[in-house]
Amino acid sequence: MDHKRRVRRRNIKRTEVWGQTHVVAKDLSKYPCALSFYLQPPQEEIGLEEFEELAVARLHALKACETAKVRYPSRGSDFTQLISKAERKHLPVTESGDNDIRYDQRRRDYLSHFILRLAYCRTEDLRRWFLTQETELFRHRLMHQDTQSVNKLLALNNMQFKAVDAGVKQALAPELLAVHSITSNAGISLERMLSTDVFEVPFEQALDLVRSRRALVRNGNVYVTKDNLIPIIVAAFRARLSASLAHTSKALPSLEEDDRLLPMLKSLSQQDISHGFKSKTATAGQVTPADIPTLAKESFPLCMRTTQDALHSTHHLRHGARMQYGLFLKGIGLSLEDALAFWRSEFTKAMSHEKFEKSYAYNIRHNYGKEGKRQNYTPYSCMKIIMGSAPSTGDAHGCPFKHYNEQNLKTKLMAYKVPTATIHEIVQLVRGSHFQLACARYFEVTHEQPSGTATVTHPNQYFEESRKIRTGGQQQQQHRGGADGATTTTTTTTATTKQEVPAELSDEALMAALDDSAMDCT
Amino acid sequence: MSDGDFPQLLQQYYARLFPYTKYFRWLSYGSTDKVFQNREFSFTLKDDVYVRYQSFTDLADLKQAIQAKCPYKIDIGAVYTTKPKDHKKVKASEFYPVQKELVFDIDMTDYDEIRTCCSGAAICHKCWPFMTAALKVLDKALREDFGFQHLLWVYSGRRGIHCWVCDERARMLTQEGRGAVAEYLQLVSGSDQMACKVHVPPSYPAATRAFDILKPYFHSTVLSADGQDLLNHAEQRRALLGVFEDSSMTDDLESRWTGDTRSSEHKWADVEKAAKAAKKRSKLQAITLQHTYPRLDIHVSKGLNHLLKSPFVVHPKTGRVCVPIDPETADSFDPLAVPTIQQLLTEFDDLAEQEQDNKEGAEVGLSSL
Repeated sequence: MDHKRRVRRRNIKRTEVWGQTHVVAKDLSKYPCALSFYLQPPQEEIGLEEFEELAVARLHALKACETAKVRYPSRGSDFTQLISKAERKHLPVTESGDNDIRYDQRRRDYLSHFILRLAYCRTEDLRRWFLTQETELFRHRLMHQDTQSVNKLLALNNMQFKAVDAGVKQALAPELLAVHSITSNAGISLERMLSTDVFEVPFEQALDLVRSRRALVRNGNVYVTKDNLIPIIVAAFRARLSASLAHTSKALPSLEEDDRLLPMLKSLSQQDISHGFKSKTATAGQVTPADIPTLAKESFPLCMRTTQDALHSTHHLRHGARMQYGLFLKGIGLSLEDALAFWRSEFTKAMSHEKFEKSYAYNIRHNYGKEGKRQNYTPYSCMKIIMGSAPSTGDAHGCPFKHYNEQNLKTKLMAYKVPTATIHEIVQLVRGSHFQLACARYFEVTHEQPSGTATVTHPNQYFEESRKIRTGGQQQQQHRGGADGATTTTTTTTATTKQEVPAELSDEALMAALDDSAMDCT
Repeated sequence: MSDGDFPQLLQQYYARLFPYTKYFRWLSYGSTDKVFQNREFSFTLKDDVYVRYQSFTDLADLKQAIQAKCPYKIDIGAVYTTKPKDHKKVKASEFYPVQKELVFDIDMTDYDEIRTCCSGAAICHKCWPFMTAALKVLDKALREDFGFQHLLWVYSGRRGIHCWVCDERARMLTQEGRGAVAEYLQLVSGSDQMACKVHVPPSYPAATRAFDILKPYFHSTVLSADGQDLLNHAEQRRALLGVFEDSSMTDDLESRWTGDTRSSEHKWADVEKAAKAAKKRSKLQAITLQHTYPRLDIHVSKGLNHLLKSPFVVHPKTGRVCVPIDPETADSFDPLAVPTIQQLLTEFDDLAEQEQDNKEGAEVGLSSL
């Protein structure tokens, strides 16, 4: 406690010294636009307390973006509302209104972005998380700021789009109309199309539109109407931020001598709690190959249970499923030796031992960080499985709620004895792209839990919740005797390991974590 | 061929036939700088010994290494920031791929669920047209939609085809860019748990164009008795009708066909009629695409550092040379007539000349780079 007070005092003292710089003229030309690509790092000095406060405010906004995407994957008005609410509360920016207010808003927005950029540039995972949420926030603002603001942003960044001339438009008209009627539900007449501006953009700048076939792609360009420029501007934002993050991460070591900032930055990024799964209980060796068939029936989520079925019936899994399932098994506590034995016993029913050792054993050791880069890979989250590469012919990975068609999903659920009424509910959820809610419903019905009580964000979290229920809360007691050394704890030091994505983080929790880290550095 | 002969034949092939000069010119892209020197090659030697990160300073170095090591297989990787053979001398963060051809890999094994003639690595004249159809569709899409011009199509030597898109714009694509192009082109995807694997609206321009190209192949390859005769094979027929996701319609057709020995073409006419009656015409297009549209292994296309078997290498299992295919005359390309290394060497004088002609044809475009 003494430590804590001392640090606090020191912080305040510095704030006081630095505080003087805060009295500057509010020159709006410094922040000419409500929207920003955040290209120039800020040059002003800032007190530690404000530094923290800004960071926390932006974290709230970014967490809202993440939560919105998990809850409302098909976007829509609920999605927008959730982000709007957080943005208004924590980081509002407007194009019109009082000069000083606008200045303060934009300054907060600008500085907080750069503070979190420092906090989140340190690892690949953090960078990806930050990039995803910042891009979402930017997209949200782009869609809801007025045209004036968007035009100003484009002008300031030399992004002028070229409208094609009438001749080109005429030549492409039938195809433009075909694409338009697909992407907008409402068809328009040829005359209307010919009187609308159509922009030509190199396809490299519109990869999302190319990938999702939401634009006409011709001769190396995409052709879009004004509405469809949004994904292109968003992509430009994302590309720039991605490059800047890589750049910042290289510059970070020079900050290391500052014993106040780095621990604070570290603890800030640890607040992000939902993209990885840190098991509190799993211990290597607590699950053995012999347990797997029973556990699969009792406690595996549908994605892993179907994969186990596929492995059992075909004695083989292709790469995607080996990764997804292999890391899941590692996550529930299958040791490397047992993993090798488990895969070997299945695969060698259909191939020679030599072939297994030559072609597959390396991959398994690799997953456990024993080969190659020696990276200790973590199990896939639902997001990764749902958004990741979709299974194709012969593949057994993916999320059944997303990657099975309705009939096959129904058949599978029936085979797993899910009541017809629940299957109907699940199908409805799947139709609305609520794959994780569908999975939660499956969890509830297979574990006799009331509807609406479960949340599923990670297959391993699913598994642990299931074990808690199946073993009446006294799980994880039966460590395997023989494998000494295999029971080293894998509990992490991360303070927060909640699996749910809370809509709101409490300020106290964040500040407490910050204080703790400040203590560490004394 | 017996395994014992292969190393000697290879040695002969590399000594007398491998087109080093043109190969070198292709991979230099008219530049004198690092494009060739920083290119990764990887060799597969005897007993599947796999050596990555080989690189060569010039033509003589390349030739010398190939002849000395006599690789069973050569793969081509990306152009890196430094010479791949020196990659351990620089920091890992400073060694990364900067360019590579955009590549596509189509493999006949991905057609097994719609093949009735062969499976696995086997191919025959009944199923090869799947590859021809794939080539035609992709060639057109890459040229018309993306504006690429320098496309090298090759027979992989065994059961599939590769495409090397060599335009500078394609070579400079980021990993994300490659992913986007590959996914754009992947109109058919989904595991065995998806009955309808076509996820593109029928009126999307790339889908209608593909449909126009593929319709004749659907008849000649999927339906015809000289092809797969698919509607006379119960399992494949069930999967085909499953695309409608309408079990009453499917059951109705199946019961009408009990004991029916008419050709697949006749049965397809029944399907068309039933689809029109059920207002599911668009599914006819979906079925056509699902059974003829190229089945891409898009992981190969996505990865900037992904290796792909080099053209002009001999396939170690079949002994066939990985030769270019001219998209204009792809319909008459016969993979089973591609010379094997033995034939090549016995009829050296004759065949070498022809080979040279073939290669020139394919490389006219490349050398202009």
